[in-house]
Amino acid sequence: MTQLQDLATVIRSKNAGPLTLSLDLMFPSEESYQIALRSKSLTAEAIGRLYDTAPEKISITSYDAARAIKIAMPRKIVSGSPGDRDVYGAQQHVPLLGLEL
Amino acid sequence: MSAVQALLKRRPSTLRVLSASGQLGYGIPHKALAAGLARNPDFIGCDMGSVDPGPAYLGSGEMATSPAVTRGDLADVLTAARRLNIPLIIGTAGTSGAGPHLDATLDMIRSIAAEHNLHFRLASIRADLKADRVIQALNANVLVPLGGDLSVSAQDLRASAHIVGQMGCAPFEQALALEPDVIIAGRACDTAVFASIPKMLGFNMANVMHMAKIIECTSICCEPGGRDAMLATLDANGFELESMNTDRRATPLSVAAHSLYEQADPVSFTEPDGTLKVDTATYRALDDRRTYVSGATWQDATHTTIKVEASMLVGHRAVLLAGTADPRVIQKLPELIATVESTTRALVPGEYQIYPRLYGIDGVYPQQNRNVSTSTRESFILIEVIAQTPDLALAAAKTFKQFLLHQGFNGRQCTGGNLAFPFTPPELAAGKAYRFSAYHVMPAADHRDLFPVTIETL
Repeated sequence: MTQLQDLATVIRSKNAGPLTLSLDLMFPSEESYQIALRSKSLTAEAIGRLYDTAPEKISITSYDAARAIKIAMPRKIVSGSPGDRDVYGAQQHVPLLGLEL
Repeated sequence: MSAVQALLKRRPSTLRVLSASGQLGYGIPHKALAAGLARNPDFIGCDMGSVDPGPAYLGSGEMATSPAVTRGDLADVLTAARRLNIPLIIGTAGTSGAGPHLDATLDMIRSIAAEHNLHFRLASIRADLKADRVIQALNANVLVPLGGDLSVSAQDLRASAHIVGQMGCAPFEQALALEPDVIIAGRACDTAVFASIPKMLGFNMANVMHMAKIIECTSICCEPGGRDAMLATLDANGFELESMNTDRRATPLSVAAHSLYEQADPVSFTEPDGTLKVDTATYRALDDRRTYVSGATWQDATHTTIKVEASMLVGHRAVLLAGTADPRVIQKLPELIATVESTTRALVPGEYQIYPRLYGIDGVYPQQNRNVSTSTRESFILIEVIAQTPDLALAAAKTFKQFLLHQGFNGRQCTGGNLAFPFTPPELAAGKAYRFSAYHVMPAADHRDLFPVTIETL
């Protein structure tokens, strides 16, 4: 088994607007990209468990030209509302680092 | 002859678009800007704002950037555009693009013009929406949250400090028809800043919008990414991308990857004027630091939609900053915080919310079970209080500080105090607290009336 952090070159998070969290995964080769695309750890169900979010609220899109996978889901707290811990959403990728593919 | 008139007269078959800044007001790297200006661009575009920094700026009407640095950036691009007699377009003025942000930006432009003895036609476009217009959409059940959950009420909309609509190309086209030299817009789509002129000149909209989408962030689409000016050269078939910093390479992969940035969907982008799809786009290396892009598709919108952003006051914020390195304090910290919150509420009556964030424990990720790792060497404690008055917020923070400092617990050895304060006072008034009260989309058949354009001669 390989961890995502050992396979991807980019694992990042950022808001896509204040209501949406987006996570980007980018891969150094066609081979590593294909491993990620086929992985059962990167399904809406698996990501939903990791982020405590219903799978139907999670979208996963791949973009071959960039060897990239995009995951998007609603933020738990709207960016900057009282109680938020990450206004830009730039540190929400950490649960993905150790994901076994 | 104004800069826009001159450009219309020339009608270049290839158009050089210089993106000077992806967020004007933090300082424009000078060397790359100068390199870009030396390439004789046909116009300069700058984005000046974003929704990224949260609701505070839209709510307060303040800029996120320093006035002095902002004025310096504006002076750099304004004097350059006037020297070359090319149009300058700036979108989302003053961070959030509401009335106060636009007015402050226009005042800076006028003052720079006076200082440098510049004379030109200045168009400005307002983006403030009336609460009633948005409530009309709410009542018609056509006000839809964009990408998540945010309930909105007529009451919240009326109570919002500012409401803006995000304009697409149409208001810029109205401004361009007045043949200005400079356009300063309120809240605007980043793409519209860079797409309106090539659209006016009749370039292919798929290429225009794809180009605009990429260069609005300047050199972020490069390897390594950065904030240096970026040049796009549009022709009849596609566009070429080149960073004006020679250390940054626009490669097919880095450019393609940029379409993911801050987007929920990496291949399809809905704008007020239509939808861009990049799944069919091709990216071809011209050399090791230039890429040629073509092949995206564009579908004009059948009916225009406008994104609505609003921010409302939720109270006044005070914060307490402290650290601890004692392993027993760290171990007990969540428990101590809960006890001290009860004590504070008993001693300081009134309505307020307390949001503790214990860095090293749960500062970024809330821990449901609050299992504290003993390997945490130090913890930073941020206590945020939001109350209806600044005095009450600060009063609660002060009492919280003193009781947390001296709170006893079983096994405590550090009877001198639980906390290390980095400075005093460690409790600070942090101003007004806001939240987004709307981040929605609404249909806007009346969009041409929502963004009034004015022109003045300086």
